[in-house]
Amino acid sequence: MTLRVLLVGTLALILAGGLPLTKAQAAGEIFIPLLVYRTGPYAPNGIPIANGAADYFTLVNERDGGINGVKITFEECEDQYDTKQGVECYERLKAKSPVLVNPYSTGITYQLIPRAPVDKVVVHSMGYGMTASADGRWFPWVFNFPMTYWSQASAFVKYVALQEGGMDKLKGKKIAHIYHNSPYGKEANPTLEELARRHAFELTLLAVDHPGQEQKATWLQIRRLNPDWIYISGWGVMNQVAVKEAAAIGFKMDRVVGNWWTGTEVDVIPAGDAAKGYKSMNFNAPGAGFKVHQDINKFLYDKGKGAGRRDGIGEVLYNRMVVNAMLNVEAIRTAMTKYGNKPLTGEQVRWGFENLDITEKRLEELGMKGMMRPLRVTCDNHEGNGLAFVQQWDGKKWNIVSDWIEPIRDVVRPKLEAAAVDEAKKLNYTMRDCAKEK
Amino acid sequence: MVDVVYAVLVAPFKDMAGSPAFLVEVLIGGVFAGLMYSLVALGFVLIFKASGVFNFAQGVMVLFAALTLVGLLERGVPVVLALALTTAVMVALAFAIERFVLRPLVNQEHIILFMATIGLNFFLEGFGEMLWGANVKKLDIGIPDRSFVVRGVQINELELTAAVTAALLVTLLAMFFQKTRIGRALRAVADDHEAALSIGIPLKTIWVVVWSVAGVVAIVAGLMWGAKSGVQFSLSLIALKALPVLILGGFESVPGAIVGGLIIGIGEKVGEVYWGPLVGGAIENWFAYVLALAFLLARPQGLFGEKIIERV
Amino acid sequence: MGRLEVIYREAGQFKATYASDQAIFPIVQDRVVVVAIAVVAFVVPPLVAGEYWLQAILIPFLIYTLAAIGLNLLTGYAGQLSLGTGGFMAVGAYSAFKLTTAFPQLSIVVVFLLSGLVAAVIGLGFGIPSLRIKGFYLAVATLAAQFFLIWLFNKVAWFTNYASSGTITAPHRTLLGVTVTGPNASAAARYVMALAFVAVFALVAKNLVRGRIGRSWMAIRDRDIAAEIIGVRPLRTKLLAFGISSFYCGVAGAELVFLYLGSAETLAFDINQSFLVLFMVIIGGLGSILGSWLGAAFILMLPILLTNLPHAVGLTMSVALQKQIELMVFGGLILFFLIVEPHGLARLWQIGKEKLRLWPFPH
Repeated sequence: MTLRVLLVGTLALILAGGLPLTKAQAAGEIFIPLLVYRTGPYAPNGIPIANGAADYFTLVNERDGGINGVKITFEECEDQYDTKQGVECYERLKAKSPVLVNPYSTGITYQLIPRAPVDKVVVHSMGYGMTASADGRWFPWVFNFPMTYWSQASAFVKYVALQEGGMDKLKGKKIAHIYHNSPYGKEANPTLEELARRHAFELTLLAVDHPGQEQKATWLQIRRLNPDWIYISGWGVMNQVAVKEAAAIGFKMDRVVGNWWTGTEVDVIPAGDAAKGYKSMNFNAPGAGFKVHQDINKFLYDKGKGAGRRDGIGEVLYNRMVVNAMLNVEAIRTAMTKYGNKPLTGEQVRWGFENLDITEKRLEELGMKGMMRPLRVTCDNHEGNGLAFVQQWDGKKWNIVSDWIEPIRDVVRPKLEAAAVDEAKKLNYTMRDCAKEK
Repeated sequence: MVDVVYAVLVAPFKDMAGSPAFLVEVLIGGVFAGLMYSLVALGFVLIFKASGVFNFAQGVMVLFAALTLVGLLERGVPVVLALALTTAVMVALAFAIERFVLRPLVNQEHIILFMATIGLNFFLEGFGEMLWGANVKKLDIGIPDRSFVVRGVQINELELTAAVTAALLVTLLAMFFQKTRIGRALRAVADDHEAALSIGIPLKTIWVVVWSVAGVVAIVAGLMWGAKSGVQFSLSLIALKALPVLILGGFESVPGAIVGGLIIGIGEKVGEVYWGPLVGGAIENWFAYVLALAFLLARPQGLFGEKIIERV
Repeated sequence: MGRLEVIYREAGQFKATYASDQAIFPIVQDRVVVVAIAVVAFVVPPLVAGEYWLQAILIPFLIYTLAAIGLNLLTGYAGQLSLGTGGFMAVGAYSAFKLTTAFPQLSIVVVFLLSGLVAAVIGLGFGIPSLRIKGFYLAVATLAAQFFLIWLFNKVAWFTNYASSGTITAPHRTLLGVTVTGPNASAAARYVMALAFVAVFALVAKNLVRGRIGRSWMAIRDRDIAAEIIGVRPLRTKLLAFGISSFYCGVAGAELVFLYLGSAETLAFDINQSFLVLFMVIIGGLGSILGSWLGAAFILMLPILLTNLPHAVGLTMSVALQKQIELMVFGGLILFFLIVEPHGLARLWQIGKEKLRLWPFPH
């Protein structure tokens, strides 16, 4: 009996659910797939990101009636930060003809980069993914503005120099880089090594194996080395443990600087008060005091249309995704100036990304003045001209404690161009001539 | 060539001799880390000992216990009551597991029972998250995460507490297994379900007891690890750190879990700090396994495992 | 209405020679069905299935089936527990990448086979402790392989050709004029290639386990001392199992990068992969080639099915809740199937076949 029920049941299940849904996209709308991770080990980071995206796109629909009258439709797909599930999500949502995708995972970004020109979908990996893809001559479909890991590392060194009293004061200083032992974590190493050579500071690289729950050995080495500054490239549980360990060995917290994936509210929670003074890099201002947040409250949360909880508004990663979504929307708007106010194709949106120019005035109109810097993307520079700053945790919230820092572009850019040649060669790409693009 | 030999065989020891205080600190770090591993390994040992099940879900049980505790604390339940309630939840879980997982699979092969715990693992993963959410939660157990210095050696209070707790727990459990009647019954069950049944050992009760005890161990492990990283999904991954300990100490031995933990803890920290830099670091994960492997080649049943008697 | 007749009837099929009696599929109906499935599998999906089906479901299914067959040879037939599958798959993937970038002229099929061989050699090395350590304890040797290999590929930049991104990428390669790897390869071409590999290797495996080698594996598995006494050499037998199993895993690993993911970092081969393949083998049925197919289908497709199900019936809920329910149902189903049939899906299939012999008659 059971067996028969079982077999029939299984069959019914297969018939009912096995067919992927290719619901045609509603006419006259632009579709954006959202690969999210609201569950699994990286959910603490994934939830604010997912909420930021849903909220901003809904806001544009509710407040402005879409982008120049064209509504945005979006659909979330849960990938648990797992590359295979991410691929499944992307393939499933591809049927709805998306124009762009924000993968929010290094692994998934690398999957999507080769597919982008084939599927005609723009990949916007904002501050993550493949650094080399910032060279738009080789990677026309991939954008990582406002900044790459390499620029970030150089900005960190510049910040240290500022604190020490000038670039010449770096000489002899000891800097340790604690990194997640993965391609992502290693990203900053070549830049830091190059700068260590130029400015004669002493660089120590310490790898922490995935997932990073146990870092005793690393922090013992820090104890012995006693560096002047620590830079951390972590993700997930590694961040919380690193902050906690730094506090536990009594290291001066204001000399520990995380990269922009190592400085969110959740990263400092377990350490409690001991995390006070901890710093991290960022390129989007934290806090819920911007006009865009008032709009989000007014148009969404007051009407019960918010994606998350009200107190999540203004968190570091929430704001990052709001900025990211805004850049997506503005790129589409830019494309509309050329192609008209109608649903666009991926190719048209790509043009919009490449000619994106966010001015101070535009930021003010969007209610995001001070939340990010004006940004200009060009055909050959997909990293844009972004700047970073340093923020510090005061026990309750993140505060900006530095000016906007210009990366050391003359160090980063040549290395980046060389890397782009290597990476593009692997994919059989040819370099396009940006002078010919219009 | 000579340089390599020097760097591998001489330099690290000179380094150790050069700063004994730091060596002591590394050793203490190893002991503390090792006891934390033992704490997780212990849960595995208990269940394996009494039901022959390699419980893949132990990591998730740690997570589940910690989530429940923190969830209750966040809702304003006093600490003692929250602990009691969490214990009750873990006991209820043990009952459910006995009824829905173990009983239908009596006398199946080890590997099948192992697979069943994988099903359990997925279930609890989804269930725990659905109940308590996926965010990182701060677990404050009232022990300050401060360090004090004794003769140039830095010791962390939280880690010290965790280590002492683990040591106490292991001693208690070892006594429970060796000295009590129920402990002997547990060991009989581990040997052969049916034989144990036939001499009148109440299998169901034994299983519920042992899974409940493992649940309590999971609470303690969740407390200690959660104090460090916050209570979050990644807690379920600590099971991986317990594997080499378990294999080295023997699946059936409570003292084995603690001695294995100490060897692995000290071994991997010393290895990482003194030899890691030679090859670029982050070696401790595989180093732990290679260390365990080296021991196993000498003693195939683990340090304290029951001797394997082979018959045709 | 015609009269009722037994469809799956063996009566009347007389075996006149030993060869026909020992055929892989001795029953005519089985033969017909297997050949028919193979033909359909090669022809229909590439023509009919959309890219979603091919890329997200079928290609990974075929690749993981190959890995599961490999592990089943080792764990199911030879009785040696291994948790190093991910590591051996990584060896295959990185060897394939190094080989094909160093010798771009080399046929991609040869590259896959050679990378399987490299994995086999590494597997042999890590199999040596199996002579002394048994059961769950053996897992430590394979876990050492798992963690060490991943660490090595992560650490030594030579393996990725010093790529600044630290990842390996499948280059553009053709076979018989058709692009089969790289971003421009169509999903259909990659599907056919993966299917061809797994079909051939499944057949090879089926033959291996029926022959002297397979029997010696099973002898070692069932009672190694007894096997030794009757003249099965444990050293050779166990190492052979490790070698052949790792070969399969190596080829599967190469396929994972070249035919499925397109590019990968070492994290794609972490310990979870080892567990995943082990789950497939156990749930499908230890010591069954068919079970490897069923297990891979269960572990890979069921979650996708469960994800799509609420949509199909028009249910909308938050993705997080859906994922949590999916995990619970998935775990519940694993338990359910184990309780219904602890010996795996392959055994269920066999029971089904027994019933089919009598069908449509109840007794």
